[in-house]
Amino acid sequence: MSSATRETKSLWRFLLQELKPKGKLLTPFNVISVPIMAVAAWLLVIRFTYGLGAITNLNQEYPWGLWIGFDVITGVAFAGGAYVLTFMVYVLGQHKYEPIVRATVLNGLLAYVFYAGALLLDLGRPWNVINPVIGNSFGVSSVLFLVAWHFLLYMIAEFIEFSPAVAEWLVWKRARRVLHSLTLGAVIIGISLSTLHQSGLGALYLMAKGKIHPLWYSEFIPILFFVSSIFAGLSMVIFEGTISQRVFRHQISEEHHASHDEIVLSLAKICSGTMFVYLFLKMLVFLHGQQWTHLSDPMGYWYLVEILGFVLIPCLLFLQATRSGSLTLTRTAAALTLVGIILNRLNISVIAFKWYEPVRYVPSWMEVEVTLGVICAEIWAFRWIVNRMPVFTESPRWVHESVEEEAKARSADYPELAQEA
Amino acid sequence: MNRRGFLKTLSAAGMCALAPAAAGAGEPSGEAEKEFHGVLIDTTRCIGCRTCEVACAEANDLPVPDVSDESVRDYERKTSDTQFAVVNFYDTEKGEISVKKQCMHCNQPACASACLTKAMLKTPEGPVIWREDKCMGCRFCMISCPFDVPKFEYNSAIPRIRKCNMCWARLQEGEKPACVEQCPGDALMFGTRSELLEEARSRIYAAPDEYVHEIYGEHEVGGTGVLYLAAVPFSQLGFKTQLGTEAYPALTTGFLYSVPIVLTLWPALLLGLSNASKSRDEEEHEAKKSDRGGTSYVIRD
Ligand code: SF4
Ligand code: SF4
Repeated sequence: MSSATRETKSLWRFLLQELKPKGKLLTPFNVISVPIMAVAAWLLVIRFTYGLGAITNLNQEYPWGLWIGFDVITGVAFAGGAYVLTFMVYVLGQHKYEPIVRATVLNGLLAYVFYAGALLLDLGRPWNVINPVIGNSFGVSSVLFLVAWHFLLYMIAEFIEFSPAVAEWLVWKRARRVLHSLTLGAVIIGISLSTLHQSGLGALYLMAKGKIHPLWYSEFIPILFFVSSIFAGLSMVIFEGTISQRVFRHQISEEHHASHDEIVLSLAKICSGTMFVYLFLKMLVFLHGQQWTHLSDPMGYWYLVEILGFVLIPCLLFLQATRSGSLTLTRTAAALTLVGIILNRLNISVIAFKWYEPVRYVPSWMEVEVTLGVICAEIWAFRWIVNRMPVFTESPRWVHESVEEEAKARSADYPELAQEA
Repeated sequence: MNRRGFLKTLSAAGMCALAPAAAGAGEPSGEAEKEFHGVLIDTTRCIGCRTCEVACAEANDLPVPDVSDESVRDYERKTSDTQFAVVNFYDTEKGEISVKKQCMHCNQPACASACLTKAMLKTPEGPVIWREDKCMGCRFCMISCPFDVPKFEYNSAIPRIRKCNMCWARLQEGEKPACVEQCPGDALMFGTRSELLEEARSRIYAAPDEYVHEIYGEHEVGGTGVLYLAAVPFSQLGFKTQLGTEAYPALTTGFLYSVPIVLTLWPALLLGLSNASKSRDEEEHEAKKSDRGGTSYVIRD
């Protein structure tokens, strides 16, 4: 990829070239993931030919199962890292997190495309999905309407945030400048949308009053979903970073590799802080609902497992990790936190949902299979992009050059600044 | 300030875009009648013949149930995607009582407010109907309905949401719902909701010993189009008696009201913060430009 004036033809050739796999084909991950994805694809053919009942255990009592409860609701909480990090970097100006912003935004974007996209698999009549978008029937009183729109807009915002990397890959210098100038706007809109749809996913369950066990149902589900999405997202960043630092080690510069530990420890600190806030809110809700009578049965013990085992303990571990500077501890805490979020989201959407029914919903192996297929596909997309665009690697030289040029131009506008510098 | 107050202040402070207090208040109670039509079901007159089940199946092109099958008396049946109305038999303090169950046609239906495509619709005439060309099959209506009424065709590639629509097509032709028309025991009565309430009250008044002095559906979840009279407390007849009188859509209005607030306040706030941190950066005049953050951001190292 040499000069800037590439013709369309050579661009196509370049894209075709890039489409080919890079690196070895017979890696353990490929060997496992390809069959999983193939089976998932076949199951989806069955699902769209014979209906949802053919491969899922969904029924009239449990209209939403694993695909909504895990793929969409948990997946989106895990993708919360993107809005939290962009908030810290672009709004609060904490530049130490900059090295991980791109990977996090990419992860967030793909999480929305694949996990929120998994919503389409669950829709009975997906061809009508455009109805609430093109405006022939706006159900504005619906929380789901809000969430659906926010998903859509947020994906666009995240794509804009990530787009400079695409431009750098294609060596579109002009476009990169324009796209880059949109970043702050996209970030601000993205954060606003995230606040609303992270809590909105909780608000979906507000009308399921009486169907969700009182230990989990409260009118404050939205606030709890929002606060927990902060540490859920950051724990995912820590978890994912741990893996990426190994797998994509060769792409990461020494400098960034070195700074990664410090970043992880700062994230741990934020996690423990927000988890304290979350626990505090949980306690208020608990006391307010006078729910101690519910604690003495199996659902009560299960609630305590979630709150103590997978919120309080990781919260304390995070605290200890920041004190002692231990990365292993941080990673353990992050893993526990992620389990806790899965538990919480699945409790509300599946486990504590209609806990009184004699016959409970348990996902079929095929639902689990399709979920695994979606996860594998997301990882494939992530790897494909990371191997081509500057996500972990440095931006190409011309980006720095044009930045310097611009800085020169700017100092011409503000001579006093230039002098100071 | 109590705990509730505290949580609400937190919400109002915008931590999460939730203000139940502000929104919960001032909601219409749903009982201001717009002359919705409905059905009064007097369970003291029901003889358990299940003619309504048959009438319903015929009117809606559904498999006709076998009325001679006595086994249905042994358990509580639910409506399904192939049966919109069921007659259940309950052992009560006054012997066996049969009760017809179907969609309640709520005044402010949770299902319709949940529906993001307006496929579920509360018609001005009263029936809550489902429209095939709008629905995307998300099943949020099923999650939201307090009576678990909407049913989904899980074994179809072109699934529909199925439930009683009060014979919407028949009503438009000036006819009564099929079940009402065919009921031999005069247990079902069709009319405007106010007429039905008046009739129900006068039946209680005329025979105070034969009825519990309560009309199920008068206040439940903000009032429903289908109203019930009974001789025994409704809890003995499989009715949900803990639903409260608040209309279900009010549960989410607090959240929905906060949306425009957040969408206007947040960006302004964030932009302000970002400008503040940027000028701080510039004051600290660190000239080294970031490679990643690009033009406007500097890296501190
Ligand atoms: S009973 Fe359920 S389905 Fe019927 S109108 Fe009310 S909320 Fe809708
Ligand atoms: S399943 Fe259909 S009718 Fe029910 S909420 Fe979704 S779009 Fe509306």
